[in-house]
Amino acid sequence: MNKLLLIIKREFYAKVKNKSFIILTILSPILVVALGALIFYLSEKNSEDVRKVAYVDETNQLAPAFTNTETLKYVDLSALGFKEAKTLAEKDYYGLVYIPKTDSLNQLSNDIKFYSQETPGLSFISTVEGRLEKQIRNLKIEKLNIDVATIKATETNVSIATENFTGEKSSKIGSILRMAAGGGFGYLIFMFIIIYGTSVMRSVIEEKTSRIIEVIISSVKPFQLMLGKILGNALAGLMQFIIWMIIGGAILFAITLYLGTETTNNTNIVPMTPDVVHQVQEASNNNLQLVLQEIKNLPILTIFFSFLVYFFGGYLIYSSIYAAIGAAVDSETDTQQFMMPVLMPLVIAIYIGFSIIENPHGSVAVGFSIFPLTSPIVMLMRIPFGVPWWQIAVSMLLLILTFIGIVWFAAKIYRVGILMYGKKPNYKEIYKWLKY
Amino acid sequence: MKNVLTVENVTKTYGNFTALNKVSIAIPKGSVFGLLGPNGAGKTSLIRIINQITLPDSGTIYLDGKPLQLNHIQDIGYLPEERGLYKSMKVGEQAIYLAQLKGMSKQEAKKKLQMWFEKFGINDWWNKKIQELSKGMAQKVQFIVTVMHEPKLLIFDEPFSGFDPVNANLIKDEILKLRDNGASIIFSTHRMESVEEMCDYIALIDKSNKILDGKLSDIKHQFKENKFEVGLISDNKNIFNEVQEKFKVTNLNTNTENNEYKMVVTLNNNDTTKDLIKYLNSKAQINHFSEIIPSANDIFLKSVTNHE
Repeated sequence: MNKLLLIIKREFYAKVKNKSFIILTILSPILVVALGALIFYLSEKNSEDVRKVAYVDETNQLAPAFTNTETLKYVDLSALGFKEAKTLAEKDYYGLVYIPKTDSLNQLSNDIKFYSQETPGLSFISTVEGRLEKQIRNLKIEKLNIDVATIKATETNVSIATENFTGEKSSKIGSILRMAAGGGFGYLIFMFIIIYGTSVMRSVIEEKTSRIIEVIISSVKPFQLMLGKILGNALAGLMQFIIWMIIGGAILFAITLYLGTETTNNTNIVPMTPDVVHQVQEASNNNLQLVLQEIKNLPILTIFFSFLVYFFGGYLIYSSIYAAIGAAVDSETDTQQFMMPVLMPLVIAIYIGFSIIENPHGSVAVGFSIFPLTSPIVMLMRIPFGVPWWQIAVSMLLLILTFIGIVWFAAKIYRVGILMYGKKPNYKEIYKWLKY
Repeated sequence: MKNVLTVENVTKTYGNFTALNKVSIAIPKGSVFGLLGPNGAGKTSLIRIINQITLPDSGTIYLDGKPLQLNHIQDIGYLPEERGLYKSMKVGEQAIYLAQLKGMSKQEAKKKLQMWFEKFGINDWWNKKIQELSKGMAQKVQFIVTVMHEPKLLIFDEPFSGFDPVNANLIKDEILKLRDNGASIIFSTHRMESVEEMCDYIALIDKSNKILDGKLSDIKHQFKENKFEVGLISDNKNIFNEVQEKFKVTNLNTNTENNEYKMVVTLNNNDTTKDLIKYLNSKAQINHFSEIIPSANDIFLKSVTNHE
């Protein structure tokens, strides 16, 4: 036991003192946040560009459709006539909307054209389409001698508030959050298993190629060494994770503070009618509150607890396989043939995980969240949506049983493999080792 | 004389391959025991079993009279043939770690290490990484790591490979000093001249079987063929033929200018050394007479070829 601790300590420090580990640990969260901010900034900047669009309306009826917005300015060139307007638009405008003269409004649906230098974005076209459709509809209503205001009065905006049977409120934002939390944690486990599993494998190969292995196992049991290595790396990973959480949390907190004060300032300064104030609040302040509310609504304790269990379970299973692979080969280049079957279930889990997020309680989702090689990822993606406790229990039990089986199996390969040199092993050879 | 280690009927197989077949050896306390054998004979398998790296299929091993158990690890020091240390770890840190794995406390290890570093004059290596050291330097560190916990039994597999003659000598002296201080040493090597110099006992393993063991001097005695190197001075040009009539003579070497004759004479079964001297004395002047003792190398070659 004492020796196991010594090994864990050494493996932990060997990993943590590594320069690339330190840099990665500190820089990663900053990079992620910076990248997010950059993307946000750039997309804001992109939509800030004001486009000037000309239109020629030969029907003289559709002008009300062209109301200016912050990023779109419309200019009426109907007076110039189509041909002249087109040459002018080619020089000075983003594009030209041409509405030819027709007898019936129905005819218009296919006759309207947009000319531009470059192919316009889909969202722009659909914006213009939507506006024209609305205007044509209004015109038609007028033709039928119905008051437009009366029709408007019949329109209602329905927003369904969802709530589960135990009374917890949920919302769209909530579902998105759940997806983000589940997906995020699942992906995190996926990354950790691959990164730290490979790190365990490298460490085994290093001991083998530097030939220190025989010295070590004349002092400790191979199983102790393997376990110590796996646990030492796990602790390093956990530490990295905690540091990321702290840095990420601090940055998130700072951003929330900054954004929070900004929105309250806005509502205070601008005098508005109660209606507008209500809208703005919906849009900004309430949104933030809603997000915070939804974060509170997430089964945080369950998520945290199961993250730990699935993280360790999944990591232990995969890293002992990685350790066995490392022991079986002489150098990292020989690992390829063994890596594929290991990565396969992980990649499948990630794909399944992201595809079931739409329907987190379907039979495929349940199946893969119980199967132990995929459960650490898939189950974690489901948990934010609420999973029956028996499914979690079965899944965890299977995970632990598999872990014991795989570690036993890996330890056997490891024990023989670390002392084998010069042979490029195949599956048949490794199968023989199990019987030594 | 008590034995520090007794190996009894140890058998080890890997699949269809038998690495050791009912091998028994005993290592007397305070001796240097040479474990000899051609490549692939099973020496490393036996050493790994003694170190509890692998388990024997059958047979028992006793350390100090008790069957081998886990805590015996700290009573054994092992320098494997394939050596290595963590390349990116510092020398001092690494040595302390390895000593701790052998059951030493950190303070103890530090003290012992400082003593050894002083002895080898390598104090300034403490904070160097292994990858900054030359191969020979790393070997020195490895030697210290092997012996620093002062085990009862030391196992050296080709300890001199990788050392220059000066350092090989230094290591040889240290090994003998350790023996004088009470440690027992198993010494596995192909270099027969070092066997000759250092070993009190040997065992020879070939093709997974022990074919020979015992005290080196006894074995040499056993392998004697009653051959004598003889140098004679005589005017008699026929002296060689005359001796040949009575004894088996080989390797004649004549220097007629000084009337010197050198030859190897083999005694007949019922003759004694005395008879030979008497006879030679009556024939000529003896200027050289010595018994040919087989070298470890001869014994090794002879046993292995005969075993085939």
